[in-house]
Amino acid sequence: MNMKKMDVLITGVGGQGVVLASDIIGETAIAAGFDVKKTDTLGMAQRGGSVVSHVRMGEKVWSPLIKEGEVDLILAFEKLEAARWSHYLKSGAVVVINDYEQPPQSVSLGQEKYPTDKELVAALKRRTDKIYIIDGNKKVKELGNVRTLNIFMLGCFAAFAPMDDKFWQASITQRMPENIRDINLKAFALGRKEIESVRIGTH
Amino acid sequence: MEKTLQLLSGNEALALGAYHAGVQVASAYPGTPSTEILENLSRFKDIYAEWSTNEKVAMEVGMGAAYTGARAMVSMKMVGLNVAADPFMAASITGIIGGLVVITADDPQIHSSQNEQDNRHYARLAKVPMLEPSDSQDVYDLMGYAFEISEEFDTPVLFRTTTRIAHSKSVVDARKSRKVKNAQPAFLFNPQKYVMLPVNALPRHALVEKRMEKLAVYCETFPMNQIIWNKKKIGIVTSGVAYQYAREVFPEASFLKLGMTWPLPQKMIKDFAAKVEKLIVIEELDPFLQENIKAMGVKVTGKEFIPLVGELNTRIVTESSIGAGLVPESEKPQVLPPAEGLPKRPPLLCPGCPHTGIYYTLNTVGQRSKLLESKEPQEPKLIITGDIGCYTLGAYPPHNVLDTTACMGAGIGQALGMEKAGVKSKVVAVIGDSTFLHSGITGLVDAVYNDGHITILILDNHTTAMTGHQEHPGTGVSAQGKETQAVDIESLCRGIGVKDLKVINAFDLKALRAGLRDSIDREELSVVIVRGACAMQVRKREHPRKVDTEKCTQCGVCLKLGCPAIQTVDGKVYIEPTLCAGDICALCEQLCPVKAISA
Repeated sequence: MNMKKMDVLITGVGGQGVVLASDIIGETAIAAGFDVKKTDTLGMAQRGGSVVSHVRMGEKVWSPLIKEGEVDLILAFEKLEAARWSHYLKSGAVVVINDYEQPPQSVSLGQEKYPTDKELVAALKRRTDKIYIIDGNKKVKELGNVRTLNIFMLGCFAAFAPMDDKFWQASITQRMPENIRDINLKAFALGRKEIESVRIGTH
Repeated sequence: MEKTLQLLSGNEALALGAYHAGVQVASAYPGTPSTEILENLSRFKDIYAEWSTNEKVAMEVGMGAAYTGARAMVSMKMVGLNVAADPFMAASITGIIGGLVVITADDPQIHSSQNEQDNRHYARLAKVPMLEPSDSQDVYDLMGYAFEISEEFDTPVLFRTTTRIAHSKSVVDARKSRKVKNAQPAFLFNPQKYVMLPVNALPRHALVEKRMEKLAVYCETFPMNQIIWNKKKIGIVTSGVAYQYAREVFPEASFLKLGMTWPLPQKMIKDFAAKVEKLIVIEELDPFLQENIKAMGVKVTGKEFIPLVGELNTRIVTESSIGAGLVPESEKPQVLPPAEGLPKRPPLLCPGCPHTGIYYTLNTVGQRSKLLESKEPQEPKLIITGDIGCYTLGAYPPHNVLDTTACMGAGIGQALGMEKAGVKSKVVAVIGDSTFLHSGITGLVDAVYNDGHITILILDNHTTAMTGHQEHPGTGVSAQGKETQAVDIESLCRGIGVKDLKVINAFDLKALRAGLRDSIDREELSVVIVRGACAMQVRKREHPRKVDTEKCTQCGVCLKLGCPAIQTVDGKVYIEPTLCAGDICALCEQLCPVKAISA
């Protein structure tokens, strides 16, 4: 991975904290000396729709949107939402997926089928084999606060990102209100640890 | 001390830029992608910021403030400027004293709007200067100029952003501090300027034309109209976010980047055109720059290959430019198609949404599923005219309850028009509380006055929900958190002359069905206020409902509520406890025919 630039998609379902997570990535990257642009694409509603954030960091960034085929890493908070953006990946990119399934309405109504893990992985494998699947919901439940999922996922992302730990600590500390600061810092550390064990296991 | 480098959205940079530029009065009606401008401004306690009833009133408030020499800013989404067009045109002809900056936030790609109009045409129509930023730093810097231009030329300034500017974040160096130019505003008697009787308006029009001549000179040296020289084979005129895409796709071209896109710097453009081999324009939506440059007698292309529809991105600009022979074929992006067969995930009504119950009721009472099954188009048993808000999502399955959606407040007039045209079916208009106050009231007055027999459902969730829960006149709380007088929607309807008025709990399915049936069976006009708090504003989520799998017969009735918490997992109905709103809702429990759902 070229450490002078990185183009990241953070994907998930409305309500999972995708936008806050991408804000923190952007703020951390600025502190580490990168030029940054980020943009969120949300549907109309407050909750439940498909959400994707584009975050770009580099020496100089022009377009806020990443071109299809140029994404270095997808950080997916929900499985289907990883596959949905697979055509944005460049070859050999990294995909980090939360092993969580939220069936869309059409699936619950029996009109469409939720894809199998095999189908989801096949979509991603068109571009890369570097796919890491982590049970984030289970881990943050054990930690004691399911709302920390987004920061746990940032911990997973940090292992691949060109920013030192001190910048992450500072930006999370700054963004989180005092009463939930410690638990989020713990979630971040936990995510970082989990991804390392999966990485060693896979490659 | 503030940090110098910040990651700000266009809207955040706009609010900060306006604050530093000394704005004293700010008004707006919420609308994506403009909403966060006033939200950010309202946090500064040393300015006055209000949510206005609608964009027209917001414009009039800004105009009044500017007449006293204060600096005022009015912000809205692009279709809001249609609502505010009357006072906007008036502000152009009278001119202002204090700076008046009007923000229009356009929505190419229609992320959250009802059309894709290009509001740059309003600058030409109203004969006012227009500024267009290309990232958050531009937004901040241009705000510094906007008020100065407004005051120097005695004109409102149109400040045009787009969704991709308003909602993207980029690095901003915000070094200025707040300066207020006129700390004691005063209105000075001057009927020739402010009273637009014909005798005064005609000479004002002549002054407006003079103003445009002066601005045409000014824009030639405006510092935010910039030339970036590189190779001279291709010269690109561009503005807004299109500049960013163009810079990325054409790293070797020369650029004329326009920060002011009306009036256009004719001499600057002609000089630039003369020095490059080929001149092109890269712009989103209409050929606004291109046609105006063509009218100068300059040879230019652009929309021959750049699409008219949708927002641009680097892939579209690359592929279009390859087609026009401007970029080598070797640059063609190797794009994969999206993975096939993935289920879509459109936006939904939230778990515990107060619109769910009435939509389920309208769907069943109106026999809406029959409409979808029928091969030939047919008149619905209940014709349901819709409006703009979260409740527009009722058009999606499984509700399928909206027959029209046009613009704010339109549903009531449309319903009356259908009835008067003589349709056989009963017509029902659905509108939210904020939208009713925005522009539904006049429609209701018209329907009462003209003896309409329609039913109007006001879905009152006590907030402007879709744009992120802004206050409105019905909530009795101002944009800056002050307790004020709340408009009472029931008294308002009664005052207009509505005789049949019901208020029904949004979470009582039996009452909703009985109330709806009673109202639509009546000959006279009826109003039903369906009241329930927006689920996103209810923090108390106790006792999520569960499905007793022993009792459940998998009949699927509960799924017809369209609640995202009710899911089918491995062929069985399941309620996701982290999504379920619990006691505040319990619609599924009321509905289940075998009583398999409980806390």
